[in-house]
Amino acid sequence: MSESRERQSTDGGRARAVFTGIGVVAPNGKGTEDWWAATLAGKSGIDTVRSFDARSYPSQLAGEIKGFDPGKRLSARIVVETSRMSHFALAATRMALDDATVDLSQIPEYELGVITANASGGAEFGQRELQKLWRGGPKDVSPYMSIAWFYAATTGQISIGHGMRGPCGVMVSEQAGGLDALGQARRVVRDGTRLVVTGGSDSSLSPAGFVSQLPTANLTTVNDPARAYLPFDTDASGFVPGEGGAILVLENADTARERGVDRPYGELAGYAATFDPRPGSGRPPTLTRCARAALADARMRPEDIDVVFADGHGTAEKDRQESRTLAELFGPRAVPVTVPKTTTGRLYAGAGALDTAGALLALRDQVVPPTIHVKNPVAAYELDLVIDQPRETVLRTAMVIARGHGGFNAVAIVRLAD
Amino acid sequence: MRTMDVAITGIGVMAPGGLGCDAFWDRIVSGGAATRRVSLFDPTGFRCQVAAEIDFDPAAHGLTPQDWRRMDRAAQFAVVAMDEAVADSGLDLAGMDPGRVAVTVGNAVGCTTGLEEEYRVLSNDGRQWAVDHTFAVPQLYDYLVPSSIATEVAWRSGAEGPTSVVSSGCTSGIDALGYAAGLLAEGSANVVLAGSADAPISPITMACFDAIKATSTYNDDPSGACRPFDRDRRGLVLGEGAAMFVLENADDAQRRGAHVYAHILGYATRANGFHMTGLRADGREMAEAITVALNQAKLDPKDIDYVNAHGSGTKQNDRHETAAVKTSLGSRAFEIPMSSIKSMIGHSLGAIGSIEVAACALAIEHDVVPPTANLHERDPECDLDYVPLTAREQKISTALSVGSGFGGFQSAIVMAAPDKAAA
Repeated sequence: MSESRERQSTDGGRARAVFTGIGVVAPNGKGTEDWWAATLAGKSGIDTVRSFDARSYPSQLAGEIKGFDPGKRLSARIVVETSRMSHFALAATRMALDDATVDLSQIPEYELGVITANASGGAEFGQRELQKLWRGGPKDVSPYMSIAWFYAATTGQISIGHGMRGPCGVMVSEQAGGLDALGQARRVVRDGTRLVVTGGSDSSLSPAGFVSQLPTANLTTVNDPARAYLPFDTDASGFVPGEGGAILVLENADTARERGVDRPYGELAGYAATFDPRPGSGRPPTLTRCARAALADARMRPEDIDVVFADGHGTAEKDRQESRTLAELFGPRAVPVTVPKTTTGRLYAGAGALDTAGALLALRDQVVPPTIHVKNPVAAYELDLVIDQPRETVLRTAMVIARGHGGFNAVAIVRLAD
Repeated sequence: MRTMDVAITGIGVMAPGGLGCDAFWDRIVSGGAATRRVSLFDPTGFRCQVAAEIDFDPAAHGLTPQDWRRMDRAAQFAVVAMDEAVADSGLDLAGMDPGRVAVTVGNAVGCTTGLEEEYRVLSNDGRQWAVDHTFAVPQLYDYLVPSSIATEVAWRSGAEGPTSVVSSGCTSGIDALGYAAGLLAEGSANVVLAGSADAPISPITMACFDAIKATSTYNDDPSGACRPFDRDRRGLVLGEGAAMFVLENADDAQRRGAHVYAHILGYATRANGFHMTGLRADGREMAEAITVALNQAKLDPKDIDYVNAHGSGTKQNDRHETAAVKTSLGSRAFEIPMSSIKSMIGHSLGAIGSIEVAACALAIEHDVVPPTANLHERDPECDLDYVPLTAREQKISTALSVGSGFGGFQSAIVMAAPDKAAA
């Protein structure tokens, strides 16, 4: 190994981790390039709920994935054994591994890992089996319930489906989980795993899963798809839930290069997580500290960041907190900020992974995808929000923010690899 | 130099048959099983009607009415165990930078108990697919997302560092400690409140295990229902509970003069990439996890004094695990005790891994090996020393604990007494 290569590929003695594959199943696009084109075009996947009748509920919109036939993408056995959240992730895994053009049989099985995030389990599978139990009794419950409903279902099935026998794990920190999975995947790479399938997906869009979200009062009750989810807008009224997510392939930079990857999408250069104090404690939220820790981890300064993929909660309090962090960190209107999840709704564990996919493609194409539907950004937030149209600009680094219900914060920084 | 040296400076345990660390230890060295006919709901009509339940009065453990209304049973177990661990550690959490205190909670099935109860109401016992949202209680979303368990631990402790739930099924309780050790090693926290909790004794989870015939059918012999390594074993018995620890880097613990129960020196997890619930008899991936964890700990098989078995009491597990231990420890496997406390306190899914680490830390502390209850006649395929029926006094400087779970995950964790860890 040459000296210069050694210098490039380690970070203070730790292995660098680069993204080499992307797979996406999202409400506005199935397949990475379809989704990315839709995202740049501002095409929304948010609509009135179709998979069940939501007319009696105060919130009636969702970012549903329509026309997804798992039987066309997965084996018949896997389709019945798993729930929708896993269908999306397993399909996205195939896309990501194809995109990475990797022959897994050429990598030692214990150096292949799987770290995914999940927030709410196989909700529609769970509701179906709960109904069978309480209508018919325990004998009616499917033998697959035990392996489909729980949070580790997706990681287990990816490991089995692809013979990946190295470190496997599952992060659950609601919407922050997608980034926590990437952070853990990078730890695993630093500990000697060559390739990790990571990311997240969720689907809680059964009646019980949907209704379970209503008591938070975070879902908007504005049921016009164009006016519903408006992060950082004066008319912000909450968010729209969605389903799906993204799966990414994260690899040791050295071994990726050795197998011929000349141009990875980018490096996971920084990551940090914090937790907000209990409401009413009088202590300040911790997002600013989280972002600073991620910058320190990446050995970067705020001015090194070229674009921010914000969490964009869509409620006034959380929007104010996040915009304050961005203003403190970068100064007023100093960095482009975007919320492409305005086209999908919030995807829970899928969100951090999907935004990271968006950030990597933004770096590839030197373009910031737009925040849609926002017409009147709150002036006091002092954000340079990229609205309506994509913005072409020079991009080398991106910050991705994900915040989970209850107080979870995670920040990731990706940069173009050398 | 080791890459992992984490001190356990506080322990809290909520387990069937005795609440709190001391009662837990008394229970598992007694050899008396806490498994019994299910009382949390009427199990009539279920294939398995036995479980290891906790008799729990939240108010007696310092929880307010609003606490226990808001929290699912699993979260209640987690915070009560955390309180005990923090008090035990002598750590002044309030005097610390909260940003340097992290929380990692392992959990397998989330807030299933609370979720199922509320589902019954919303759906009118399954009559309505389009559930009635007007019956949704304020805490419903916290039951849908198990991250709420970590939220409760962080709120109660005031932690503001990295916080998450690690949910890899039945190895979660070991994996959470491995994750926490990673946070300490990389400098993301000075203290991690780490452990795991689960409360799965609800109709839906019992029905799940019925459906795959994994649970014991000794309904007429509840205290003898879980028989790990016995030729007549018929499956696992569900349990519930939590164990939480105060974890610190060994240097920090030494600097503040803390009592250290044991050091965590090695951890690894591997996957069988084979089947969600099935195990191949050779146990090769668990053997690999053990070997990697030992290497990380810079210990040889001959250094290991005790193996805390996964020992779930299913036909395939006990055989699988016996093979894995023989492959990884070689002849040493036949020289050392290996016992299953699940025989007494059941299999609490995501919680049990941390509860078993607590058992190892206490075994190191007391130099006593807890026994495997209900082991009367060893399965010929299980030919190790499983410490049947009665506890054994013996010097224990190091312990290995293993876990195996749905998804094919196999985890191993290695602990050592302070003097052994310093050697």
